[in-house]
Amino acid sequence: MHDIWKTYPDGTSALQGVNVVIDRNEFVYIVGPSGAGKSTFMKLIYREEVPTKGQLSVNGFNIGKLKPRKIPYVRRNIGVVFQDFRLLPKLTAYENVAFAMEVIEASKRSIRRRTMEVLDLVGLKHKANSLPAQLSGGEQQRVAIARAIVNNPAVIVADEPTGNLDPETSWGIMKLLEEINFRGTTIVMATHNKEIVNSLRKRVIAIERGSIVRDEIRGEYGYEV
Amino acid sequence: MAMKFSTLLRHLREGFKNVLRNGWMSFASVGSIIVSLFILGVFMLLALNVDKLATQIESQVEIRVYVQLGTEQARIDEINRTIGRIPEVKKVTFVSKEEGLERLRENLDDNAKTALQGYENENNPLPDGFDVEVFDPQNVAYVAKQIQAINDANADRPIMGVNYGQGTVEKLFRITNAVRNIGLVIVAGLAIMAMFLISTTIKMTILARRREIGIMKLVGATNNFIRWPFFVEGVLIGLGGAAITSAILMFGYSQLIDTAQYDMGLMLIKLAGVQEVGWFITGTLLILGTLLGIWGSVVSVRKYLKV
Repeated sequence: MHDIWKTYPDGTSALQGVNVVIDRNEFVYIVGPSGAGKSTFMKLIYREEVPTKGQLSVNGFNIGKLKPRKIPYVRRNIGVVFQDFRLLPKLTAYENVAFAMEVIEASKRSIRRRTMEVLDLVGLKHKANSLPAQLSGGEQQRVAIARAIVNNPAVIVADEPTGNLDPETSWGIMKLLEEINFRGTTIVMATHNKEIVNSLRKRVIAIERGSIVRDEIRGEYGYEV
Repeated sequence: MAMKFSTLLRHLREGFKNVLRNGWMSFASVGSIIVSLFILGVFMLLALNVDKLATQIESQVEIRVYVQLGTEQARIDEINRTIGRIPEVKKVTFVSKEEGLERLRENLDDNAKTALQGYENENNPLPDGFDVEVFDPQNVAYVAKQIQAINDANADRPIMGVNYGQGTVEKLFRITNAVRNIGLVIVAGLAIMAMFLISTTIKMTILARRREIGIMKLVGATNNFIRWPFFVEGVLIGLGGAAITSAILMFGYSQLIDTAQYDMGLMLIKLAGVQEVGWFITGTLLILGTLLGIWGSVVSVRKYLKV
């Protein structure tokens, strides 16, 4: 990210001259007060928003100059995980994960094999045929993570993945993300969770009023809850 | 980029599954297609029957030509052939003066019939003549003019008169044409109304789809990938609705015809038969239903593909 500015059409200035490099295989927490620009930062990575000014490249793609037609192909290399899970409500856990592979037109056999593999990895093989509504919050988030990693993306963008979960479940999710990071995937995670940031020490980038105010390797949360 | 065949199969399968997954929404969509196509179908049947009736009435219109009294049989045959050569004429039938008298008698009541006594054979005052049938009854006035022209072209002016119910026929055609046009306008209006009804149903389903489409895009689905299953779903819903409507309509109509024929034998109007209108109605409804279904799904998806 080089000198990134983002101003929304209504005049709100979300990011003001952000410079940052996140390397392959890093695990980064993005922290900061609500409305500081964390979400915008995340949205820029998976091209939900376009920078108003500046250069942003993800996986070698120049996000700012990307043609709309190309967006889907960039997103296939970025796994996304949200606070509200964003699963397709009428599809089973299996179908939700398989969908991400159908999109890249994988063969039926490899879809079957790989989907069961990642469901096993997140510990939900036995719930493959359940609908999201039949799963607990933690289980739904595990399905979402399985969907995010099924295509072996280079990066996972997680916007407050533990925001809706109780502490115990959150830990399970964090262990899973750490495991995925350990296997070679870059993880960028926005969070408000002080305990997690302070105990599972990683690089911390703090954003306040649209600018990076702190960037520490093995940093602390640094805010009072 | 070309789509893999297995992906096409996937889209067909997903489209079919979506109909089942969206249970109530599919039911509502099929329902609104059935309701609108049913009303449309009823009016189409009505319009077809009115048209048939109008055609029946029109086909009874024919031209009567009277030959000058005392014209020889050979000359009459010659005129017969000349009229027969007019391209619009379907058939020319010779009506002798005896037959003419017989017709006159049939049309009168008993009292008046006695007045005709004594006019038989040599005393018959009526002229010989022809009944001229034309292919398209709307052309009678034109053909009548042609026949008059034949008369004017011959020095002996062999034709005494040409009669096709001048004035009355024109009025009849004005009415039948008006009835046809009104039918057409009503059917077209109902088709538009069907579109509105269905677009309302679509608006309800759009809200549910907005989120789904957003999620699909986040996972990296292309617009075409998202569009296809919705398209298949639209076709299935439209086709299904139209098939059910056609079945109901045709069953109901055949029952109506049976009732009309056996229980109301006195009815003068002959209804168009099921075989006669069945294919036309079913075909039109199936095509229209499919188009409505496709249109609905395309509209509902297009709106949120730009996210």
